[in-house]
Amino acid sequence: MSFQLICFYAFAAIAVGAALAVVTVKNPVHAALSLVLTFFTTACVWLLADAEFLAIALVLVYVGAVMVLFLFVVMMLDLDLEPLREGFIRALPFGVIVAVVMLAEMLALIGVRSMDIVAPADPAAAAGLSNVEWLATALFSEFLLPFEVAALILTVGIIAAVPLTLRHRKGVKAQDPARQVRVDPRDRIRVVKMAAETSAVQNGTLPNQESSAP
Amino acid sequence: MIPLSHYLTLGAILFCIAVAGIFINRKNVITLLMAIELMLLAVNTNFIAFSRYLGDPSGQVFVFFILTVAAAEAAIGLAILVVLFRNRATINVTEIDSLKG
Repeated sequence: MSFQLICFYAFAAIAVGAALAVVTVKNPVHAALSLVLTFFTTACVWLLADAEFLAIALVLVYVGAVMVLFLFVVMMLDLDLEPLREGFIRALPFGVIVAVVMLAEMLALIGVRSMDIVAPADPAAAAGLSNVEWLATALFSEFLLPFEVAALILTVGIIAAVPLTLRHRKGVKAQDPARQVRVDPRDRIRVVKMAAETSAVQNGTLPNQESSAP
Repeated sequence: MIPLSHYLTLGAILFCIAVAGIFINRKNVITLLMAIELMLLAVNTNFIAFSRYLGDPSGQVFVFFILTVAAAEAAIGLAILVVLFRNRATINVTEIDSLKG
């Protein structure tokens, strides 16, 4: 048994154990941390398969960003865990049966014939390239349009997440710079043109109040 | 060297654990999202193994796109979760029935 195979078995065992912890532990924070361990261990397995770039990308994108986002949300929400756990024991046998039957079917499909398929030489190394160059050559020539679509999807994701979580509270006294800049003096004060005031007696237009009085 | 079937078996085991997790944790949206991420990871492992054994970079390029889409999905899913919790004060799936479907 080669050293690589021993490493693979160790990583696979840790990944499976951590994945089991993800779906069984009570506390969502512990589940998220177990998922971090699963991702990290799977990145090690990918390294064994000579996929260096994707292994690093998995650690950066998933462990560094997505799982931190998960932890952030789990800790921000004030969760009442008890109602979320009810039905766990009741659903457990059914879930386990479905999973075990699926696993048996998949293992039968994978089959004993593929057991002795041994890897050819690393295709990237055979081409005289590093894994990153090998991947980038395909990505930026054959898959250029999908690459740009992926960038578009990320942009849509960013833009969609902001209005979803944006909210305007009522009763908050905050400055709105846009409205401050938009202010026009004519909205605030109105200058009215009118004739100058003169005394009524001088003009002789005073109604004859004295004569009508009794 | 590691045979191909070892990678495929690892992927199958992870996928089945995620399916079982969706069955037994159907009240908790956060655990459901995590199980979906676990499924994508299992599928990605298969893609990488096949890419390595067929000597074809397309498999790894596909994993790259899956990672992209999964990151966007997680961001939007968690944003929806935060809005949901703000409006209903719960993330219990059985209580989220206001659409009366």
